Amino acid sequence: MRRMSATCLRRAVHAEWTKLRTDTGHAWLLLGLVAVTASVGGAVAATARCPASGCGQDPVRLTLTGVSLGQTIAAIVAVLVVGHEYGTGLIHTTLAAVPRRTTVLAAKAAVVSGTVFAAGTVAVLASVLAGRGLLPGNGFTPAHGYAALSLTDGPTLRAVSGSVIYLVLVALLALGIAAAVRDAAVAMGVVLGLLYLFPLLSHVITDPDLRRHLAQVGPMPAGLAVQTTTDLRHLPIGPWAGLGVLALWAAGTLLIGGTVLRFRDA
Amino acid sequence: MRGLRVLRAEWTKFRTVRGWVLGAFGATLASVLFLLVGTASTNQSSNRHTQDAVALPVGPGGEAVNDSFFFLHEALTGDGSITVSVTALTGVLAREPGRTSPGTTPWAKTGILVKQSLDQGSQYAAMMVTGAHGVRMQDNFTHDRAGLPGRPSATSPHWLRLVRAGSTVTGYDSADGAHWTERGSTRLAGLPATVQVGLFTASPAAVQTSGSRGGTSPAVATGTFGQVALGGSWARGSRPDRWRGVQVGGDAGTSGSYAENTSGAYARTRSGFSVTGAGDIAPVVGGPSLGPAYTIENFLVGTFAALIVLTVVAVQFVTAEYRRGLIGTTLAAAPGRGRLLAAKAAVVVTVAFTVGVVAAAISIPLGRQRAHATHFLVFTVPRAVELRAVLGTGLLLAATAACSLALGAVLRRSATAITVVVVTTVLPYLLAVSGVLPASVAQWLLRLTPAAGFAVQQTLPRYAHVLTVYTPSSGYFPLSPWGGYAVLGGWTVLALVAATLLLRRRDV
Repeated sequence: MRRMSATCLRRAVHAEWTKLRTDTGHAWLLLGLVAVTASVGGAVAATARCPASGCGQDPVRLTLTGVSLGQTIAAIVAVLVVGHEYGTGLIHTTLAAVPRRTTVLAAKAAVVSGTVFAAGTVAVLASVLAGRGLLPGNGFTPAHGYAALSLTDGPTLRAVSGSVIYLVLVALLALGIAAAVRDAAVAMGVVLGLLYLFPLLSHVITDPDLRRHLAQVGPMPAGLAVQTTTDLRHLPIGPWAGLGVLALWAAGTLLIGGTVLRFRDA
Repeated sequence: MRGLRVLRAEWTKFRTVRGWVLGAFGATLASVLFLLVGTASTNQSSNRHTQDAVALPVGPGGEAVNDSFFFLHEALTGDGSITVSVTALTGVLAREPGRTSPGTTPWAKTGILVKQSLDQGSQYAAMMVTGAHGVRMQDNFTHDRAGLPGRPSATSPHWLRLVRAGSTVTGYDSADGAHWTERGSTRLAGLPATVQVGLFTASPAAVQTSGSRGGTSPAVATGTFGQVALGGSWARGSRPDRWRGVQVGGDAGTSGSYAENTSGAYARTRSGFSVTGAGDIAPVVGGPSLGPAYTIENFLVGTFAALIVLTVVAVQFVTAEYRRGLIGTTLAAAPGRGRLLAAKAAVVVTVAFTVGVVAAAISIPLGRQRAHATHFLVFTVPRAVELRAVLGTGLLLAATAACSLALGAVLRRSATAITVVVVTTVLPYLLAVSGVLPASVAQWLLRLTPAAGFAVQQTLPRYAHVLTVYTPSSGYFPLSPWGGYAVLGGWTVLALVAATLLLRRRDV
């Protein structure tokens, strides 16, 4: 029985992979994810300035600014994997071929995670390369207290690997929401709202405690804590703990999406 | 006639889809709810100042002002004049708690003042020596004119004179006490016969620009004056040694503070007077010195929630036609594709504008009431500025809705179109104000991207004669309100033109 379901899952993953692979739109989106993340990171690295030592900047975080833009493309990929099937009616064929709906969702999650992980790795590494090349020319020099960006540095490696995981988790969060609401447009609206409204709200809130709590529970502010390499003491939430909060959000929406998918008529 | 029919058809489509109508109401509701969450906290650091006064003093032009200074004054009835020499402006800065160093802030000020009354926010005209900007004539908080450059010393004092004639006050300065230059003349409408005239000193706190939001530290200034020469009818005769000293406003206001073990004071010296004070006589601006206070744009934070909902609705208003194949029918009924896009745009623009104006008109009074209940100051602005923020919110949402519609027609994929709109409007704003990016990068983002349009909601004023950190993280956009909106408008027009051209060229 277990063997059966494992085979079934493998076949479902293969089917999902074929669907994703043969839709050129997805290839463009993933390319866009790399291009947008790296170019924003590069642009920020090119314009940031550190005129003197102790300028209070976090070069790794600056270089990885593009992730806050690239995450939306990861979310589109995930939303379309579900939303597009509902839009075209393909979902009926999919569910006829693989009647176990949680298996369908698991297969979709596997394929989305894999592709976003691959594209995210390229995007983040390209950003770091851009930062490594551009930042020293703008005053981020050893004389001002900044070594060149390097993956052998512990906090930098954490920020880099954490950013890739962040992108995957955002895609999974979006997948869960898309499965729950079915419509691609509404799903995207909900995902963008979840990501951006928390940090916008904490900009208005004057109470420092409440602001801290918002930064601890919001999927974007908590998840992006992993990018920080300086002044860790002042972070509202620890780097890995923050990523854990995002993982909980993703797990929560996948659970809701899976449940809704299972008990609702297609 | 045909245009009207197309418009009516599009309006019927919008009106009869339940999700879209719910979306429009939902956007308004989300906007208000968002505000309620944002203003949920009570003022934890509520000191005496914020507990007692939930409103800042308001100047003659309706703007929030600081009007806190040390004033050695006497009543003058009818016309008259005051002339004095300033021989020094010195001060104390407390950069770290418990440690002080000599120095003055650039806009520390000492000089002579004609004021309607001792009430904060009442009209005035003043001639003053400043820390780094020479002699200035200032009146009614927002007006500032330059006089003699440089700082005075015992050997080369700056001479100041104010002449009151009816409701007109004229300021003069002189380098030698013999040759006088008129620096300006101002009419203070409705100035009573008896006014308060005398010597004053004020010093705004020192502003640190390092860090994303900066900070302030106490600064106190002392002006040293020579003998005072008076003309006119004075309450106690022309005897300045019998004048009274008072800290106007009771404390140093929001933009100033006394260093430890210092207070406002005056003293007779061998050759005249010295007056010590902290505070400022100037309009309130944003930034570190404003402290925990709400601005009108804070109350409009719900705009973002409304923007995301309306983007979804506007994009779907066109992509749904493609998905359902309705576009074929629509174009068969009304073959003019440009006209079709215009009709759709007219519908979403009207809906979005209404949502924006209604949400803003509810949010501002509601936010003010919330701020009052939670003991926070509210930054008062003139009615006209508030009205601009309300209408601006409607126009902002209208432009983004039109932009969403156009992108929906160009991309035909709703998820991508929605993301492009939200990512180009909300994300640059978020990155710019959060202080993650350096100020220069943040300012370029708010000049070039559609996020520049949020400038139309900025009510915080900018004054050359008030020092603060004028950066996006303290609420200042690099472009003027309408200049910023023009950038958003430009992007919208570009998107609409692209959509029209593509719609004409493409097959259905």
